[in-house]
Amino acid sequence: MVSQEIIKKENKDVDNAILKENRKQTILDKLFHIVFLLCACMAVVAVFAITIFIFSKGLQPFIPGNEEGTYSFIKFITGLEWKPSQNIYGIGYMIIASIYATVGAIVIGVPIGILTAVFIAEIASPRIADIVRPMIELLAGIPSVLYGVFGFAVIVPFVRNYISPFQLGDSLLSVILILSIMILPTIISVSETAIRAVPKSYKEGAYGLGATKMEVIFRTILPAAKSGILAGVVLGIGRAIGETMAVILVAGNPESGIPRTIYDQVRLITNNIVLEQGYAEGLHEEMLFSTGVVLFLFIMIINIILNKIRSKVVEK
Amino acid sequence: MFKNKFSKKLVLVLSVALIIGLFTACGGKQQPSDNTSSGNSEPAEKAITGLINSGGSTSVEKAAKKALEEFTALNPGVTYEYDATGSSTGMKNAADGTYHIGFASRELKDSEKETGMTYKPIALDGVAVAVNPENGVNELTIEQIQAIYKGEITNWSEVGGEDSGIVVVSRENGSGTRGAFEEIVGFEDELVDGAIIKDGNGNIATYVAEEKNAIGYISFTTLNSNSDKVKGLDVSGAEPTVENVQKGSYKISRPFNMAYNEENLNEAEKAFAEFLFTDEGQNSLEDAGAIKVK
Repeated sequence: MVSQEIIKKENKDVDNAILKENRKQTILDKLFHIVFLLCACMAVVAVFAITIFIFSKGLQPFIPGNEEGTYSFIKFITGLEWKPSQNIYGIGYMIIASIYATVGAIVIGVPIGILTAVFIAEIASPRIADIVRPMIELLAGIPSVLYGVFGFAVIVPFVRNYISPFQLGDSLLSVILILSIMILPTIISVSETAIRAVPKSYKEGAYGLGATKMEVIFRTILPAAKSGILAGVVLGIGRAIGETMAVILVAGNPESGIPRTIYDQVRLITNNIVLEQGYAEGLHEEMLFSTGVVLFLFIMIINIILNKIRSKVVEK
Repeated sequence: MFKNKFSKKLVLVLSVALIIGLFTACGGKQQPSDNTSSGNSEPAEKAITGLINSGGSTSVEKAAKKALEEFTALNPGVTYEYDATGSSTGMKNAADGTYHIGFASRELKDSEKETGMTYKPIALDGVAVAVNPENGVNELTIEQIQAIYKGEITNWSEVGGEDSGIVVVSRENGSGTRGAFEEIVGFEDELVDGAIIKDGNGNIATYVAEEKNAIGYISFTTLNSNSDKVKGLDVSGAEPTVENVQKGSYKISRPFNMAYNEENLNEAEKAFAEFLFTDEGQNSLEDAGAIKVK
């Protein structure tokens, strides 16, 4: 009897302890819920704050009655000269240069990136893959300004001395080369993951039908992994468009002129803002924010197009 | 069990602290210690008080503010304003009393002198024409420099060098050095299309050091710290030295002028105008990269 009561009491104590612990857990849960919510809010607030700031500053020159002076938006985005001292603000040639540079980086960087991913995932022996993969991860971790210094010290003299007919290294070509290297790690690592995710049975089936290794890779694996590979390409393009610090050191940044050859100097949209923000004032400063607005829209448009393409490819 | 609970609490406390930290870091902007600064260090011997109302050239801004900071540190009762609006506005506002002291990074125009203001050069500024040390050219005239920057001379052989194209390098738009260089050399708004643009004196020096055929312009202070990497050209026969700027034989230089109407000045402004010509005042201008006038 006595021992039973003791057991009962002990049980009750244990129950109480559990109850207490549970209550603590719920409070803790709620607190953490708030913590998570606040963290999520930070991102949302940041997006809105940046967008509102850029647009409110950058759209002012196009609104009649702006105290710093006004400028035609059409002239702004189609103009081929950027001469703030003469009140000429045209970024058309920069938009074109940005498109050229991005397309060039895709043309060089994407095939190399995808083939490297195939090599690591399918062809290379595990030993070699384990050497190549960390190298690529390291490439991803290098700060962009160091790419710029490398470009300035190696690529620019190389282009000047061995490639360019104009004895000038700062060029669209240098920009494209730098950007191609910079987007490689993103494309390779995302593509590799996608290729590895292709079910083994596909491969085995293809081999069973008598396909060669190359046929398996190009006819079976790559089509099956295309959605993931495209995601990598999209991320890579995003990096190429937004890149500034590396590009500014190898681009030349002229004040006018659409690039006619890949040996011409270029000024990209991103460069324009960084180059002149230091000294700009009045309308000039606002026009730099307007340049930011255009960059913002440019990236949004490209993202929408790429996502459309991606979803179409996936549907097929 | 205890350990587990303890570590949970620790995590909670830390994450809450982090969040609070994040928010306060974003929200709690410190007031910027803007143009208006009041020194609160040791008291001066004779207590001068008042506001120094000044403004003008953006090129003088750095030097003038350095001197103003030095002066207000010595005289804690004094505060200052420097409104960087440009040389012409500076002179206009000094003449009509909007600023009590105006600064210009150039000679005063005749129309500005006629307003009856007192004006004095407080310092000088020199701009060096820099080329790669491998470049055989050692001297150019102002006219040749102008033609190069306008794109009329495009090959080094036209000015006594090797047969290779000239790579023209300029500062970015809005730079004070660029404005002064264009004005003195005489190619305002006529920079050749396709000139390489670099931001900052240091970037130009680095570029010229790398590019054999480049020509750029940099302030004297940058030339001195890069004298092993770039070569400063003689301009119309004068070497780019501080002495030649002070003598007036090196032409790509300009005075930093101070202008004021005597009757507008308060006690603090009078003392500051005198301070600029003391050793301390001149040294502070020199610290900011200007060349002493004495």
